[in-house]
Amino acid sequence: MLAADAALLGFARALRAAGVDASTERLHAFLSAVDLLRPEVRADVYWAGRLTLCGGRDDLERYERVFAAYFGSGSPATEAVRATPQPRLRLVVRDAHTGGHHEGDRQGPPAAALASPAEVLRHRDVAELDAVEREQVRRLLAAFALRGEARRSARRRPARRGQVDPHRTVRELLRRGGEPARLLRHARAERPRRVVLLVDVSGSMAPYADALLRFAHAAARGTHTEVFTIGTRLTHVTRELSQRDPDLAMAALAAAVPDWRGGTRLGELLREFLNRWGQRGLARGAVVVLLSDGWERGDPALLADQMRRLHRLAHRVIWANPRKARSGYAPVAGGMAAALPSVDAFVEGHSVAALERLAAVVKGADDA
Amino acid sequence: MTHIDGPEQVRARLEETGYLVDEGLAVACFLALRLHRPLFCEGDAGVGKTALASALAEALDAPLIRLQCHEGIDASQALYDWDFPRQLLHLRAAEAAGITDADRLEGELYDRRFLIARPLLRALETHPSVLLVDEIDRADDEFEAFLLELLSEFSVTIPELGTLRAEQPPVVVLTSNRTREVHDALKRRCLYHWFDHPGFARELAIVRRRLPGVSARLAEQVTALVQALRGEDLLKPPGVAETIDWAQALDALGATEVDAELAVATLGSVLKYREDAERARGLDLAAVLAVRGA
Repeated sequence: MLAADAALLGFARALRAAGVDASTERLHAFLSAVDLLRPEVRADVYWAGRLTLCGGRDDLERYERVFAAYFGSGSPATEAVRATPQPRLRLVVRDAHTGGHHEGDRQGPPAAALASPAEVLRHRDVAELDAVEREQVRRLLAAFALRGEARRSARRRPARRGQVDPHRTVRELLRRGGEPARLLRHARAERPRRVVLLVDVSGSMAPYADALLRFAHAAARGTHTEVFTIGTRLTHVTRELSQRDPDLAMAALAAAVPDWRGGTRLGELLREFLNRWGQRGLARGAVVVLLSDGWERGDPALLADQMRRLHRLAHRVIWANPRKARSGYAPVAGGMAAALPSVDAFVEGHSVAALERLAAVVKGADDA
Repeated sequence: MTHIDGPEQVRARLEETGYLVDEGLAVACFLALRLHRPLFCEGDAGVGKTALASALAEALDAPLIRLQCHEGIDASQALYDWDFPRQLLHLRAAEAAGITDADRLEGELYDRRFLIARPLLRALETHPSVLLVDEIDRADDEFEAFLLELLSEFSVTIPELGTLRAEQPPVVVLTSNRTREVHDALKRRCLYHWFDHPGFARELAIVRRRLPGVSARLAEQVTALVQALRGEDLLKPPGVAETIDWAQALDALGATEVDAELAVATLGSVLKYREDAERARGLDLAAVLAVRGA
């Protein structure tokens, strides 16, 4: 009996090592479940574990793998107990072009030279900063909170005018022994719309990825914001970004996102996003922000189709493009040109100031 | 609720109601019953998550109590509310009768008879019962936290009345379409089951079971077509519910078997997007039928 329990605990440990969040409470449920079933029957143990230890569809594939490795050959396979990938401490943005020959490209108001250093930094292209400046930008970014435009919710809250609130009115009335009392009113509460950020982490976005993800981290804190990265794959990273500490969040993100600096097929990944998440409701009535340079390796026609679909689902579609600020930039590249007809607001995304502007547009300010 | 010994028995009971389950779901239901844990069901629309709750209710001979979640749902819609008009009426009647004892009046006003039980409270008070919390992913996180509390204690405290505890916890089925991630704390309380689309044999069995009057050949052809459509890259792959709808529609048209032309004409019962229907029209449905038709 004890030996059997030890085997089950070992299995749970292997699962945990593979990244399934098999907490103590789940483990307890697992043991009671096996107890109710036939512990010597493989299928029973399989289902007991799958039902109690897994918490989502993503866990199922890992569960399958670890179960096969652990119980498959009869002896626990050592390779199943693979350690979690070592989290890198920080995403280091490779300096693609730090040379001084970009002087002319630097964007900012004409008065930038007279403003304080922080003010100048706000307008600088984040791709062209040195290490110290980048650290300062990080601090600036940490102050963000992204809230979507307000929408009326089904919930009501006390208000001066609006419909009569029977709960509070009657309570008040009862308190006075039935004497007619003031009519208390309530109105529909307003809630911010959901914001969905799709951050491009492909190769062409490498100089911006760190800053944009830190922006996403700040934006996702405490508000109703969902974040996905798009590269060669679509990755849901809201949970990784829920870490309060930006550096820990970035480390968790680095471990979760397998496709830094690959190519990107925006159209295909957007379709995957819409099929798996967007159409079910995540994009419905939300403010969807794409942070990408629109560099499409795939078919622009597919991207155009998917953007139209997204536009029909979402409340507003905003595209923030870090390259937009460059002098001489025109959205003629296949992907961007295909996407633009379905975009409500096309904004810059290269500097802290541009991201501030983006936050304002998300909140419902007139588009740029 | 009669005693249930094992997954096999659950499966047999559910099959009697016309709901066919595979091994995993049978184990899931059995554990939900015996461990008193809610069953968290995730999967595409139309794979039978909600139907499971009604089947369980029927199999256990217990009432099904359904709570449909939506954005902004709160305790007064889900748990209980006071019946204000009746409270006022009572107050007025007491006044007319010349009763002025304030303490007594107040005690009477918050009597159980003035309490309107909403689904959650009803489920706690009815035993046995099956509680279906449908589309939990549509509610807000505040409601999730509230539900978590209720599902771990199976009791609720009403300030004016005290704590009501379920004599025997209801069987709870939660469904989610994954429009957003449900909080881990809630899932941890539950058994988790992912619903896949059934394979050909099981889906055919389900159709035959649900539509005994439909010709065997038609059922087989429709199932084959739907299975083939699911392999295509559609915006909304059809669920089992759609398979049944389609077979029913064709049967209503008097068909005992289906050819490609008739299939295309009735595609509206299965595919709900113009893009999907166009794509299906471009497919060689006759070939699918020929493979199964031999």
